[in-house]
Amino acid sequence: MIDVRGVSKSFPTRDLGRSVAAIHALMNVDVKIGSHEFFTLLGPSGCGKTTLLRLIGGFEMPTTGAILIDGTDVAALPPQKRPVNTVFQNYALFPHMTVAQNVAFGLEMCDWAPADIAARVSAALEMVRLTSFAERKPSQLSGGQQQRVALARALAPKPRVLLLDEPLSALDLKLRKEMQAELKRLQRETGITFILVTHDQEEALAMSDRIAVMRDGNILQIGSPADIYDNPNCRFVADFIGEANLIPGEVLGRQRELTIAVRPERISLSMPHSADAAGNGVVSAVTFLGLDTLYEIVLGEETKLRARIRDQHEAFQPGDNVAVTWPAHVERELLQ
Amino acid sequence: MRTRSSLLLILPAILIIGFFMMIPMCIALVYSFMTANAYGGVEAPATFDAYIQFLYQRDFDDTLVFVPDYIFIILRSIYLAVITTITCLILGLPVAWYIVCQNEQRRRLLLFLVTLPFWINTLIRTYCWILILRDEGLINNALRGIGVITQPLSLLYNDGSILLGLIYTFLPFMVLPIYSTLERIDPRLIEAAYDLYASRAAVFRRVVWPLAKPGALAGATLVFAPALGSFLAPDLLGGGKKLLIGSLIQMQFTSSRNWPFGAALSIAITAVILLVMMLRAWKAPAREIRA
Repeated sequence: MIDVRGVSKSFPTRDLGRSVAAIHALMNVDVKIGSHEFFTLLGPSGCGKTTLLRLIGGFEMPTTGAILIDGTDVAALPPQKRPVNTVFQNYALFPHMTVAQNVAFGLEMCDWAPADIAARVSAALEMVRLTSFAERKPSQLSGGQQQRVALARALAPKPRVLLLDEPLSALDLKLRKEMQAELKRLQRETGITFILVTHDQEEALAMSDRIAVMRDGNILQIGSPADIYDNPNCRFVADFIGEANLIPGEVLGRQRELTIAVRPERISLSMPHSADAAGNGVVSAVTFLGLDTLYEIVLGEETKLRARIRDQHEAFQPGDNVAVTWPAHVERELLQ
Repeated sequence: MRTRSSLLLILPAILIIGFFMMIPMCIALVYSFMTANAYGGVEAPATFDAYIQFLYQRDFDDTLVFVPDYIFIILRSIYLAVITTITCLILGLPVAWYIVCQNEQRRRLLLFLVTLPFWINTLIRTYCWILILRDEGLINNALRGIGVITQPLSLLYNDGSILLGLIYTFLPFMVLPIYSTLERIDPRLIEAAYDLYASRAAVFRRVVWPLAKPGALAGATLVFAPALGSFLAPDLLGGGKKLLIGSLIQMQFTSSRNWPFGAALSIAITAVILLVMMLRAWKAPAREIRA
């Protein structure tokens, strides 16, 4: 239903008023996002994820390419002409209006009847559990409450798509976990397509139906959280999503240009059988984490490896020789 | 303990306000109740003569006759100051908005241009308007040159030229406070309004204007108060044919040598301005005053 086709975006950088160079924020990006999908754009800062979101919202125009919503190219339309609403990173609540007035704003702009507006506002506030705060000003609310007002305001006009620009980044950890569940619930209940931008891979894995991992203006991989976690298609994705050991091929006696990716929790340690096998290493540090124990192992000359071990029968100490093994199906051979 | 240290901290402000504002005001107030010295200055005894002179004139046989002339001068001054304030607001708001929309470098340049007139003496700038507006001036010569008119337009020495001078002089005082409130508006608020289907007009009416209002009110005060007491533009561009209160006050301290009456007139316009500001404080909710 949202179809981003070959979209590029560059920003001219100015030096003394002259346009000297362009920053390429997005380079020929293609992505299709389905109806009722919770889709996440994930990547480090500067990867272009926010630019892509702003292009879909209409706050920026693409340099080239098309953005189709339900088959209509909206690339040239301003934000007020798109069936898309945004939850901004700093919430952008109107400070001079009450909570109820904030939520009603979009409805008034769409010329809803006053009775319908009142009903919809109370329904939206109920949805985010803020009914008793309707007459407060945003400045009288906590960060989490402001976040929920922003959600109610964006959801009130019943958009086809809701864009969320790092909506949880300003909240503390406990509140963030709560809001993750809340967002997931709202998305299920409303059936609206959610497009979330975040740099927090845990957040992305917890909430999304599908994730697009971005870097340097490109989408590297699109897939379900499990797919991205288990089958990263390049070093960057393997490293960025969760924790990964990236082992040069030659350390394990394989082709030089290969990198082997293994998750720390997939590794098992045992007493070495022969002295110079490829998977032999030396324990350099042991950290007890409660449920797991984290072992840091040096493989070969200087390849560091992390292993999360649960229910280990024989404990190893720093300096011990260990054999590092994993089932063949959990490793991924990466070319890049 | 806390009150004593906070008192100490606001002491400089109290000193400045006291020294530069309260003491001169008190002097004016005291002088307004004194008797005029024929050579300027004031002397004993204390009287209400200066205030009586507002409304009444002492006839030859020492009876008081009601003369509304000064009331009309004050009303006309208020009228011109109000027109000046409203015009400055209408002109200043788009200018401030335009400046805010520019990039950092352009903004700095444009703000510099707004304050540039302050670098030249107001008297000289007002004289320049005479050169532009007079019968043999820039505009009339140009219009005659291209044959639009044969007789010069009388652009000078009327209410229009007084207003032009006042608006020209005080426009920066409107632009700067509005600019500073507009600059503080988070651009995401405007994006959010567009995102929620607002038209350009609705964005201005529902988001920009309510947030810019404190600046506009500050600007209106900064324009209205000095415009009410101004005498340069009325004297030079109005030709001194019809007096305004600023010129009237100035005359009392120079040619008329009636300091108490001048002081009383000053107290009168201060009262008018105070009244306007109290009205504003009373009408606006407490929140906006704080902003």
